[in-house]
Amino acid sequence: MSPLSFAAVSGRLKARRAGVGVTRPGFAWAVPATVFFLLFAILPLVLVAVLSFTSWDGIAAPRFNGLANWTKLIHDPVMIQSLWLTLLLTALGVLTQTPISILLGVWAAGHQRNRAVLSAVFFVPLLLSATAVSVVWRAILDPNFGVPSQLTWLFGNGNLLGNQSGSIAVLTFVGLWQFTPLHALIYQGGARAVPQVLYQAAAIDGAGTVRQFFHITLPQLRNTMITSMILMVVGGLTTFDTVLILTQGGPGTDTTVSAYYMYRKAFLSFDFGAGSAIALVLVLVATLISLAVVRLSGYDKMRSTAEGI
Amino acid sequence: MRRRPNYPAGLGSLVWLFLVGLPLYVLLISTFRTTSNYSSQGPLTFPSQLTLQNYLNDFSNGFGQDFLNTLIVTVSVVAIVLLVVPPLAYAIVRARGRRITIVFRVFLLGLAIPAQAVIVPMFYVISQAGLYDHLIGIILPTAAFCLPVCTLVLTGSMRDITPDLYEAMAMDGASPWRVFLQLVLPLSRGGLSSVVVFAALQAWNGFLFPLILTQSDSTKVITLGLYNFQTEHGVDVPGLLSAVVLSMLPIFIVYLFARRALVQGLMGVGGK
Repeated sequence: MSPLSFAAVSGRLKARRAGVGVTRPGFAWAVPATVFFLLFAILPLVLVAVLSFTSWDGIAAPRFNGLANWTKLIHDPVMIQSLWLTLLLTALGVLTQTPISILLGVWAAGHQRNRAVLSAVFFVPLLLSATAVSVVWRAILDPNFGVPSQLTWLFGNGNLLGNQSGSIAVLTFVGLWQFTPLHALIYQGGARAVPQVLYQAAAIDGAGTVRQFFHITLPQLRNTMITSMILMVVGGLTTFDTVLILTQGGPGTDTTVSAYYMYRKAFLSFDFGAGSAIALVLVLVATLISLAVVRLSGYDKMRSTAEGI
Repeated sequence: MRRRPNYPAGLGSLVWLFLVGLPLYVLLISTFRTTSNYSSQGPLTFPSQLTLQNYLNDFSNGFGQDFLNTLIVTVSVVAIVLLVVPPLAYAIVRARGRRITIVFRVFLLGLAIPAQAVIVPMFYVISQAGLYDHLIGIILPTAAFCLPVCTLVLTGSMRDITPDLYEAMAMDGASPWRVFLQLVLPLSRGGLSSVVVFAALQAWNGFLFPLILTQSDSTKVITLGLYNFQTEHGVDVPGLLSAVVLSMLPIFIVYLFARRALVQGLMGVGGK
């Protein structure tokens, strides 16, 4: 290091220690975004708690009614059922999407030309809105004019949405179709970050593709797996669009998940107080899970996944 | 490295190609059928006669208006996000003090708020503000719910700017404004493009807020249009599916030309 640059560096260090010259933005820079966020995200979150103790029809002013919404909710069999259904659909989502998206992600992480081309096709479902996906599948699965009516040898009478198990299977499958590409993308990023040295060492030791997958790729993907699964759980708990469009919670209340029940209570039965109480349950569950996120993976890992490849 | 073809993986990928491709084939091919052809031949066969009538019908059924509304919402959401997030991220990365730490914590907490959970109070807030059934009533909440992910992505890329560069500018006596405009913004272009794509996708594909906060045809966005179409004229499947194709066309064009930026924006969705 030349004397000149040494002088410059020590001068800079002195300046930093004295706090001279290093201009930092003031708190004012954060104010617009913060105010905006408080008004349209945090305030509603506080209000959901307040409204859950009121009776409100959406037109007149809300009136406080104490714990009435909550006592009704605890004794509401549809509410209890909706929680079980939500947990069931979430579990089915994680169990079906995780293995397939790991396989697809690891496969797509390879740099072969055919894989790049096929991956471009595989990621197309990501471009469709949840509404579009649900509308398309509803048309395809229509019992009279859809695909099942043409393949009766496979689908029986073709009315897949006519009973509970069929409806749950359809919701799980559509979720798989819709969300697997996103998670495959996350795993692709994770798999590409695995150091190549590990594979080279394993190959020298004579490990084949399968052993490399189980002994290197999977353990290395642990953090990616945590992030992806948490996303699946939060997404699963708030499943709404697909239920609204594909089953309307039916047949009967057989697929009425909590988020849909909240919508039905508030915006179809105009019992906004009860809707708020269900929403608060959803918020509490989501918060518990986000705390689990911090516990299991730490914020840093979450951020590096969000940044992508 | 070994370049031996992996046959089981190839086979598996073909199975998935079939599962992804078949619905997309049905989606695309059905839009060129007449409604009567769809009911008689079903969705799988190749139609004997192709027509563009479904697309024309969509436009005479008001799809143009829906498209315009969605475009207004999307552009506004992106504009709001671009206006407030970069200064916020700059402050989070560079400002000192307890207050800014608390603000960052609030936005991190925001990551865990599902939009579904706040639709009832959002309806209350927007009605009280007199914004019910106005496009601005969709724009504000949609933009607000983009903020946590966008902030996280952008602070990530601003942290990659080395302190030396800040110090060099400080020695030149640059004000925070000049540092922001000449150093921070140009060097976080990657993060900014992910943020734009993420916000645009959220706005373009958003359904929940429009569903509960609007009701007229004049404020209807595309996703709501698809939902209404399906509940009102569920029989006209080719008309419905051609509206689906039209709705995804702009995103598909972006996908063809800027796949990398789009994929990174989608990973922003992953961060949610």
